[in-house]
Amino acid sequence: MNPPIQQTLPPIARKQRLAVFKFASCDGCQLSLLDCEDELLAVAEAVEIAYFLEASSHFEPGPYDVALVEGSITTPHDAERIQEVRRQSRFLVTIGACATSGGIQSLKNWADHQEFLRCVYARPEYISTLNDSTAIADHVTVDFELRGCPINRHQLLEVLKSLISGRRPRTPTHSVCLDCKRRGTVCVEVAQGIPCLGPITQTGCGAICPSYDRGCYGCYGPAAQPNCDSLTSQYLNTGSTHETLIPLLHNFNADSPPFRDAGNRLRQSAVLDSSGGRP
Amino acid sequence: MDCGTEVRRTEFLPTDQLSTLIATLRADGFRTIGPTIDQGAIIYDEIESADELPRGWTDRQEAGKYRLEKRDDDAYFGYVVGPHSWKRFLFPPSAVVATADRGDAGWDLRTPDHEPPRYAFLGVRACEIAAMKVQDRVFLEGPYVDPIYKKRRDAAFIVAVNCTQAASTCFCTSMQTGPRCKGGFDLALTEIDGGFIIESGSAAGDDVLQRLPTAPADETAFARAESARQQAVDQITKTMDAEGLRDLLLQNLDHPRWDEVATRCLSCTNCTMVCPTCFCSSVSEVSDLTGDHVERHRQWDSCFNIDFSYMNGGVVRNGIRSRYRQWLTHKLASWHDQFDTSGCVGCGRCITWCPVEIDLTEEVAAIRRSPGDPSRPAADTESKP
Amino acid sequence: MTNMAAACSTIDPWLAHRATVDRMTAETPGVATYDLVFADTEIAGRYSFLPGQFNMLYLPGVGEIAISISGDPAESSRLPHTIRVAGNVTRELARLGEGGSLGLRGPFGSSWPLDDCRKKDIILVAGGIGLAPLRPAIYGLLHDRDQFGQLTLLYGSRTPAGLLYTQEYDHWRSQGLDVQTTVDRVTDGWNGNVGVVTTLLERLVLPQPENTALFTCGPEVMMWYTIQSARECGIPERNLFVSLERNMNCAVGLCGHCQFGPEFICKDGPVFRYDRVASILKVHDL
Repeated sequence: MNPPIQQTLPPIARKQRLAVFKFASCDGCQLSLLDCEDELLAVAEAVEIAYFLEASSHFEPGPYDVALVEGSITTPHDAERIQEVRRQSRFLVTIGACATSGGIQSLKNWADHQEFLRCVYARPEYISTLNDSTAIADHVTVDFELRGCPINRHQLLEVLKSLISGRRPRTPTHSVCLDCKRRGTVCVEVAQGIPCLGPITQTGCGAICPSYDRGCYGCYGPAAQPNCDSLTSQYLNTGSTHETLIPLLHNFNADSPPFRDAGNRLRQSAVLDSSGGRP
Repeated sequence: MDCGTEVRRTEFLPTDQLSTLIATLRADGFRTIGPTIDQGAIIYDEIESADELPRGWTDRQEAGKYRLEKRDDDAYFGYVVGPHSWKRFLFPPSAVVATADRGDAGWDLRTPDHEPPRYAFLGVRACEIAAMKVQDRVFLEGPYVDPIYKKRRDAAFIVAVNCTQAASTCFCTSMQTGPRCKGGFDLALTEIDGGFIIESGSAAGDDVLQRLPTAPADETAFARAESARQQAVDQITKTMDAEGLRDLLLQNLDHPRWDEVATRCLSCTNCTMVCPTCFCSSVSEVSDLTGDHVERHRQWDSCFNIDFSYMNGGVVRNGIRSRYRQWLTHKLASWHDQFDTSGCVGCGRCITWCPVEIDLTEEVAAIRRSPGDPSRPAADTESKP
Repeated sequence: MTNMAAACSTIDPWLAHRATVDRMTAETPGVATYDLVFADTEIAGRYSFLPGQFNMLYLPGVGEIAISISGDPAESSRLPHTIRVAGNVTRELARLGEGGSLGLRGPFGSSWPLDDCRKKDIILVAGGIGLAPLRPAIYGLLHDRDQFGQLTLLYGSRTPAGLLYTQEYDHWRSQGLDVQTTVDRVTDGWNGNVGVVTTLLERLVLPQPENTALFTCGPEVMMWYTIQSARECGIPERNLFVSLERNMNCAVGLCGHCQFGPEFICKDGPVFRYDRVASILKVHDL
């Protein structure tokens, strides 16, 4: 008997075509793919790497089955290019903090970028940039996002494995705390008074920083339903200052809405505090 | 191990012979796990000698805060309970529950049959023995037995320690789980000047005890031990009124306090992770790139995670309010329906290790101060059919 | 309700057994029935299930899902599971095709209380794919037709195309089951009832409501209104049974996922007597 038509997807006869695109970024996330040393050969065998300038100057035109997109949108040209990438890609995955939330460069969203241009470039009139650094999802539909600065190799492999087997990737959305506890790391906030963003940050890194006695600085961005204000008011009450907390939130994921808004509220209350107003 | 409730034999073990106890257990093939200082806390890890114990150290605990401090004596067990609990050895944070390998005839499905290490736990407190008994109900005494927990639990040798002090977060007296160890151990120590009163509580405990260089315990030693244990009782200040607690909470599932606590709770899972009785877990698939070799990893999970209640069609507990309510009502109320015991042993870990100082005893007290109308219960308060 | 659990303490609850998709049958758009057979005949011989129970279907590397068994309990050599494509596992299962290999653990959970309902009139109320867990009860009731009074199936679907097992209705009717269907949305060629399934229940003449039992399975909101209608019809709460669904992971009450108030849906349910869960069904987000 033939399988039911409505329920059966076409069998995967050919290799999935993978493309890797770079926007405003440091290349670190792309390097995570090359860093999959043990698995790299198997990856290359299992998928067709059609476009990956970081690894090969040879590239194939689209369309692509999966596009890994690194970096944020900071120029008018990139704002157009991402539209074309989207058109050419069946499943678009943003990789890293830049692509998912604008990255560290989104700190310019709080400043005057013309002034930055004047400071940095001898001939700023040759530079064409946008006022803000924005996430890919602000421009096109994103099918899946991999967080982190940089992304985690194992999570990237999960995306590639799911691509090979034709299923949707799975990555956890819980807090870093859960992973600290699983690996036996003692809470640096409770035991040492180090302000740590772990409770409101999405896992993925494997809770590295607290295992080296330092607080999480949120490089994987906000966990699902983060209660940022409760955490920041707790830290203010236990001795942290606005000066330490604002840069903690306005950091690699500064423009992710929960961190952006919580940091903005701290900025406002800091202004009120310093002007003698009521917080 | 057979852990009767009766003390079978009592001796005096000189301080410098604690190492002999550890060496004896190791010679018997146990991996000795005990308290040791690491990462600014007293944690549980493998120790090879008494030198690794937190001698002369204590912990100061309050809601959201834990600090190590030097003692003015050189007691071995002069601290309370830390961030770890023994559950990480009996119900490991990650374990392989099954494997699958693709063969010509389809999947070859197996469950691991390797023998876990035989653990000897040194320094188990009364509330922690109670917590093991709670997890026994979950993993061993229901219709289905968890094979991973059972192997570890059956093989474990328990050296209990009676508390001689308490933290501000302790409330075992409210939950009637301590501070005195009353069974559930192979050996139990009470630390006094110059040594320990050592009691055996099982045949296995007898066997180890008779090989130790002990002396008869005299009346003075007994009196000192009694007064040391009483000191712990006297230091406990926190209370939780457990009377009618199940019905109180289940009658107040729509209490405004749940909204209030949701403004503070981070839903970060810390309380559930440090809790010695929380048992939630998830299994995930770990495979190689070919997908032909798969391990099923069971990891600690938490009812505070959104995905935890995910179903096709959405998330059931889609807010911090409903997740905190799930945790607290499960721990203190529906646990009784499920396992005929409270899920709380009064160890206070969830209070100390909450980054924002949420204290479950205060949450309970707040609901008790202004309970909703019990004539319109939000949940069944009668026993089940 | 029967709990299979007592006999299970000696088995490793995590051990799945190799099974094969023996036949796939398209049912409705996005829904198919997969007949599974165990690879090991000894395991197949040992296996039996009760109506309303579920199995865990495991695709290594993809995941595991709880699916009610929708076949005849008297024929447990072939285990039909009627499944809608919804997530990774169901999609992969659809792609597996006949002859595909998977793992199966079970059966788990409580069952429809057929034995306790002998001599009663019985009404089955199903919504959408909720007919699948009730089909074993239909087979069981019809096997012992003379043991029961009036038998009625009230079945609602969004559209006519969404009605499951339509090819069996005539046979069921001939054996003494009154099958009534209704749809929310009419499409061409439908001459039947239109409206929610509770309207069928309200229209039904119950000769002896106090001696009538009702089993219902479908979306929670549908079951809720069904139960309210049934109570208004005079069916005692102790005779009302619902089948509930929550996220299931271990299927044996060890992982905590499927808790619903004090209940573990996997081992206390999925079939519950209504009065046991009545109060918690009212609580939002529980």
